[in-house]
Amino acid sequence: MSLWRKLLYVVLGLVLTASVAATWLAPAGYARQYREATDAPPSRTHWLGTDELGRDRFARVLYGTRISLLLAPAAALLSTLIAAMIGGLAGYLGGAWARMAMAVTDLFLSLPWLFLLITARALMPLNVSPLVSVLVTFLLLGLLGWTAAARVLCASAATLRTSDFVRQARAAGLPGPRLFWVHIMPNLWPVLYAQFWISIPVFILSEANLGILGLGVAEPMPSWGSLLKELEGLVSVGEEPWKFVPLILLVVVVTSFQSLLSRQEEIAA
Amino acid sequence: MKRHERNSKGRANTNWRAIAVATICFVFVAQAAGQGELRFCLRSEPKTFHPLQVDDDASAAIRYLTGGVLVRVNRQTQQLEPGLALSWQVSKDGREISFRLRSGVAFSDGTPFSAEDVAYTIRQLMDPALHSPTGDAFRSGAGNVDAKVLSPSQISIRFPAQVAGLDRLFDQVAILSEHSPKKEMAVLGPFVVADYKPGATVLLKRNLNYWKTDDQGRKLPYLDSMRLDIQPNRDVEMLHFKRGELDLINSLDSEYFDKLANTSPQLVHDAGPSLDSEQLWFNEVAKAPIPGYKKNWFRSANFRRAISEAINRDDLSRVVFHGHAQPAVGPFSPANKFWFNSRLKPQTYRPDAALKALQSDGFRLENGTLKDKDGNEVVFSIATNAGNKSRESMAVLIQDDLQKIGIHVNVVTLDFPSLIERMTQSFDYEAILLGLTNVDLDPNGEMNVWLSSSGNHQWNPQQKTPETDWEAEIDLLMRTQASSSDASKRKEAFDRVQEIAVEQEPFIFLVNKNALSAISTKVQGAAPVILSPQTFWNAERLTVSPK
Amino acid sequence: MGSLRWKIAGHALALLATVLLGGLLSATLVRLAPGFDADEEELDPHLNAQSVQALRDARHKDHNVFRFYFSYMKRAAQGDLGTSLALGQPVRNLLRDRIPLTLRLLFAGLGLAWVLSLTLALSAAWLHVPAYDALTTAVGGTFLCVPAAVLVLLSVLWNVSSALAIALIVFPHTWRYTQNLLMKTYSRPHIIAARAKGLGEARILFWHVVPVVAPQLLALAGVSVSMAVGAAIPVEALCGLPGIGQLAWQAALARDLPLLVNITMLVTVVTLLANSSADLIGHMVQRRRA
Repeated sequence: MSLWRKLLYVVLGLVLTASVAATWLAPAGYARQYREATDAPPSRTHWLGTDELGRDRFARVLYGTRISLLLAPAAALLSTLIAAMIGGLAGYLGGAWARMAMAVTDLFLSLPWLFLLITARALMPLNVSPLVSVLVTFLLLGLLGWTAAARVLCASAATLRTSDFVRQARAAGLPGPRLFWVHIMPNLWPVLYAQFWISIPVFILSEANLGILGLGVAEPMPSWGSLLKELEGLVSVGEEPWKFVPLILLVVVVTSFQSLLSRQEEIAA
Repeated sequence: MKRHERNSKGRANTNWRAIAVATICFVFVAQAAGQGELRFCLRSEPKTFHPLQVDDDASAAIRYLTGGVLVRVNRQTQQLEPGLALSWQVSKDGREISFRLRSGVAFSDGTPFSAEDVAYTIRQLMDPALHSPTGDAFRSGAGNVDAKVLSPSQISIRFPAQVAGLDRLFDQVAILSEHSPKKEMAVLGPFVVADYKPGATVLLKRNLNYWKTDDQGRKLPYLDSMRLDIQPNRDVEMLHFKRGELDLINSLDSEYFDKLANTSPQLVHDAGPSLDSEQLWFNEVAKAPIPGYKKNWFRSANFRRAISEAINRDDLSRVVFHGHAQPAVGPFSPANKFWFNSRLKPQTYRPDAALKALQSDGFRLENGTLKDKDGNEVVFSIATNAGNKSRESMAVLIQDDLQKIGIHVNVVTLDFPSLIERMTQSFDYEAILLGLTNVDLDPNGEMNVWLSSSGNHQWNPQQKTPETDWEAEIDLLMRTQASSSDASKRKEAFDRVQEIAVEQEPFIFLVNKNALSAISTKVQGAAPVILSPQTFWNAERLTVSPK
Repeated sequence: MGSLRWKIAGHALALLATVLLGGLLSATLVRLAPGFDADEEELDPHLNAQSVQALRDARHKDHNVFRFYFSYMKRAAQGDLGTSLALGQPVRNLLRDRIPLTLRLLFAGLGLAWVLSLTLALSAAWLHVPAYDALTTAVGGTFLCVPAAVLVLLSVLWNVSSALAIALIVFPHTWRYTQNLLMKTYSRPHIIAARAKGLGEARILFWHVVPVVAPQLLALAGVSVSMAVGAAIPVEALCGLPGIGQLAWQAALARDLPLLVNITMLVTVVTLLANSSADLIGHMVQRRRA
């Protein structure tokens, strides 16, 4: 294992460990309000300062990491699998199947899913626990976020369908399912990895934006998305650079993920 | 040179000189009269330019700037002043009002103004098919409104029943022209809509036919034009203001107030407590789809008072509004000097007393969780509209306060239409945190909030008969004050309404926000007040210097 | 020639059917979502019960989705796209006035996004240096992690074109796919062989790489149009640009059914055209390769 890979694993490991150890690293918790010290700069008591309600930002970053780091990749995996099945199969089968699947995909891309999300919130009880709310949110994101990749996967699979090695395999009598899973799918990894990697931060940010519909994480529970929303107060953030820490953390984690995935893909190839 | 040639040349020279002098004078006068362009933002798209159908803030701002009214409430002194009417008289029974109008006034397109236009406006206003919010304020009883033109400059308007505060209501009635081909776009106010780019800008230009002059006889308004950008986002608005692309921010968030005050204190203005309030209320609707035991809690005045006592209003004012708010005392803000019941005392933060009060009702604290007498954990949700940062923050602070007495609160932010549907149709909510923007000083403007049969009686609307004695008493008191023309009798009745409201806490009033604004130093003549529109209430006398 | 005409007619019919279905589905979504019957004006304490009822009745006429859609189709066939509930103006005028601005924004934003994507992706694929790959990943990752609203506010703060904001929102998506596809293709044996034989990079790119990745890249280009349309909503809403994106946001907030149905159908047409064109060109490239 190269030094670079080791470093990436260490970074990810540290982030994961810190989020798991949040209870010990930030014993005051993410909800406690230090009302005499709101919007405070970093200090010995509050390493990343406090937010506008006096809550310790460092604690909120740690606890928020748990939610986002666990659920966003899960949702990303779901959307990637759906994209693989729909896009990959459509491209492999070709003809009318592909046309129908892509028409459905295009329709999916165009519809105002905002209203489905509003309906989903309405169907949930008002007193749903913050965890259930955020689980439902990421599930919905996973179920809705597959369309872009499906199109690219369909094109990739269609190209592979007519490639020489697939023709040879078919001529050799390989059954369809085996052809698809063993010979087509592995060649779709570049797109699948890209879809997975892109979806993680997109879903983290979307979860925060869905707060406007009552979905997403509920107060006082933090998430990376809700912490990143602080950056929208751009007017003042320039003077408060510690507010960039959640963004830097997200970039580091996402970049580390991607670098590890790229290495994995090269090794597999 | 022959004599006649010298004469023609001389006359020509004289003509040119006269033209030159006239041009110079014109330019001088034009410069003196033209005092720049004022630029600020509207927070939403104006829904209408028809002054009688105004029901949103953006349209109301445009109506204020373009509409000519018979009488105007001076936003600074809060006194009624002559507008298009030189004088007026309200009959003893409060059903009739007579106006003596100014003569020699014309609409922006030159169409002459007369009493016929006032009669036409009243007919339009009271047309039931129009459903004018302004008109509804005049509807005190069944029957027709009779507008009688006595002469071109005199008109008498008779209503089927007494209308409380009748004269002040005409501050919101912009007069339309009966004869102008431009319909409602022909106006009598200081400005006229010159251009409207949907989603982008509304441009107002000086109304050259505006009737008002200043004390020196100069025509008003001083400004050449006003550019109103449509910008819902407050961060972007602040960026533009800081860059000098906007001249004022009419309603400034407390967070931005402090940040601006640190760098440029001369730009910010705190006019003190406004008329607006933020409040929380519980769902007391009998048919609401919430558990019966929760309805029992919410319908208990003792429970509501305990919740009220357990909320730290000082912290709400200090933390959420950075000190630019005051704990609310009751339905009306102390800024409403005449109508506010000064005998009322602010609610103090007493969580121990709150817990005791709940315990007297059978609630008990078990392992940090409050339970009712049947063992149900006290858990409820507070819903508020998403996107309003201060309300979301208040909800979180209240959640923390109530946690200290063992009550678990779930904060739910919903998009506004979903919230309104729950509030007014499905009644599928437990508690809601919202604000009330008071435009009127007169309590009659809140008739539909306090009457139990009304749709805006938020905690339990459209009751066939009052479900509680205190609501029946409030109904009686509100009708009493609406049917009296004696200001002191009206005040006495409404004082009692305020006392009942504080005793029973159907609304848990939280804070009265201060009226905050930001005004560029380029703007001269601005004097921010608490009544809307805070900063440009005297737009006709504002000027903007180039630097 | 005859069969080509039939093929084109078939595609056009399929497109039309999809657009109509999109309109119906969007109307259904909007109608079923809570808040459809609610109007903020109801909260005005000045309104009496009759006026409140009139507001509710005005909304009630669009209650039945199928009846609404049927009458909408009838009027649309005559050129009347309905009237916006929120803005009180004919939808046709609103769309006509706003489409040019959005088109200009999308064109510029997408163009810039693809220039950025291709520059980063190609350079990473050519160089194939882990450190450079990590750098491009970090750059792309940063823009992927910054909230769209922040990118828009930055564009306002720095007084740059809003098209740049759209480009910065879209390019991290297109770049990642592109880089992965290119790197995969560049690692193929025939490319290694071509390099070993001394073929120039330009020739390798245009003769051996582009034909292989073209169908996927074209599909991505088609999808990027939808991404850009989605990005246009916060960009226009925050920058106060009177385009289709801002209109869509206002319509969504106000549950403006006529406007939302029309906008959905417009977006469906754009999406279908973009993706169908990408598919068509992709087929042509593959055929030529074959």
